[in-house]
Amino acid sequence: MKEAPLLTLNKVSKAFGGLLAVNDLNLDVSKGYIYGLIGPNGAGKTTVFNLITGVYPCTSGSILLDGVNLTSLKPYRIARLGISRTFQTIRLFPNMTTWEHVLIGQNFLSQSKIGGILPIRKTEKMSLRAQAQEALRLLGLWEARERKAVTLPYGSQRKVEIARALAARPKLLLLDEPTAGMNVRETEEVLSALSKIHEFGITILVIEHAMRVVMGICDHIFVLNFGQKIAEGTPAEIRKNEGVLEAYLGKGE
Amino acid sequence: MSSYQLDLLSGLGINILLALSVYCPMATGQLSIGNAGFMAIGAYVSAILTVHFHFSLFPALIIGGFIAGVIGVLVGFPALRLKGIFLAMATLGFGEIVRNFFMNFLKPLTGGAYGFRGIGNIPLSISWIWGWVVFFLLFFFFLSRSRVGLVMMATHDDETVSELIGIHIVLLKVSAFGLGAFTAGVAGGLYAHYYLYIEPEFFNVWESIHMVLYVIMGGMLTFWGGVLGAGIFTLLPEFLRFLKDWRGAFFGILIIGLMIARPSGLITREMLRISFWMPYRKGVKL
Repeated sequence: MKEAPLLTLNKVSKAFGGLLAVNDLNLDVSKGYIYGLIGPNGAGKTTVFNLITGVYPCTSGSILLDGVNLTSLKPYRIARLGISRTFQTIRLFPNMTTWEHVLIGQNFLSQSKIGGILPIRKTEKMSLRAQAQEALRLLGLWEARERKAVTLPYGSQRKVEIARALAARPKLLLLDEPTAGMNVRETEEVLSALSKIHEFGITILVIEHAMRVVMGICDHIFVLNFGQKIAEGTPAEIRKNEGVLEAYLGKGE
Repeated sequence: MSSYQLDLLSGLGINILLALSVYCPMATGQLSIGNAGFMAIGAYVSAILTVHFHFSLFPALIIGGFIAGVIGVLVGFPALRLKGIFLAMATLGFGEIVRNFFMNFLKPLTGGAYGFRGIGNIPLSISWIWGWVVFFLLFFFFLSRSRVGLVMMATHDDETVSELIGIHIVLLKVSAFGLGAFTAGVAGGLYAHYYLYIEPEFFNVWESIHMVLYVIMGGMLTFWGGVLGAGIFTLLPEFLRFLKDWRGAFFGILIIGLMIARPSGLITREMLRISFWMPYRKGVKL
């Protein structure tokens, strides 16, 4: 991991009133790897995602994607620069089919002028449709494409969120607990989809509580507690780290 | 056709345009109860242009609609900070401002509260009105099938997520508000040149509420809903004339009953999906 980082968080802090949710955080994410972001409940993991995607402004510090400063950009600009995400609590569009979710994920990819009212070229349309189809097939949602996404089983709804994020062809994919609430089979399906996404060269940063998942797929793990990074390293290193054990289990007597 | 039927059809055409003018911002999650204000702007501007400046009708209608649209965009920006019932109150206030403006200002041109007479220099046939209706229906039809239609629905459903998947919601919502205002403005211009007389009282809150009812009753999630709602509201009271004094009460009960039976309106997107024009189905087969 020696190349220039894709995403850099440089001394990022976020305060909600008197509460310092993220405190002086430095992260470096290099292209083409799967990163894990773990920590006990309330450690600030989702807040980090919200800072990266521009939902909240940083109180101090800066965030760079491929050298572009994201700190003062609106969320839609950041998304168009190549960061897609999923949500901890599923947020699908209640009136849309699975297929429409993938199309809407691609909304800014077409080259049409006047904001997309004019039709786009046939070849471009076909390539966008092919990408949408690929995203659905990758997550095993092709058969469910005509169904309203909110009527699908819980695990499939999470997959629709991942497909929607993937359809935007992001440089960086942020996944907030992608396997939460899933059964073993669904978890396996998502994990194999993630490794295929990884093969496309998309960098992934994943928040996850299931240690088996994190240790199994991540190349590199960041551990957060009380908004601060308390450790980082390979899964093997994290497993042995005493500070991490202490954060999760408390101090031994 | 009798002149009664002609009047009814013309009124229907104008009401369809007004329903579309409410549908457009509502499709992005914005409830406007001030569209009578935009209608008034279109009506007065186009009438002033044809009567006092001898414009021909077409450019007068376009300019009237355009000015209503520009004012709609200007109103749309502060409206972005308001949601739901608060936006409704603000737009209601805007409608009242416009009505009072034409009541008290520009009196030499418009006659103020006495009404604007003498618009009749140009005969307006019913095909003029329905020409515009067809134009706007085609426009909204293609809009609903385009990517923008999908983007509008996403914004309607969840603004936060929409922005996080790369949708410029400020641009979208302000454009939708302005487009709705333009539509109302054109409808106002047609209204003025069909009935040949306007006064500020025509464009009161009740008129705005009517337009919203068309859309809520017909269905908010597709533009066909507003079209159907306008049809019911315009034609059904005529068919209920045999009820004499009970007509209004019966119509009220009918509205309540419909809202209980079909809370999301008569036409829903599921119904359109079944039909042959279902958007995007063609695209699925590669």
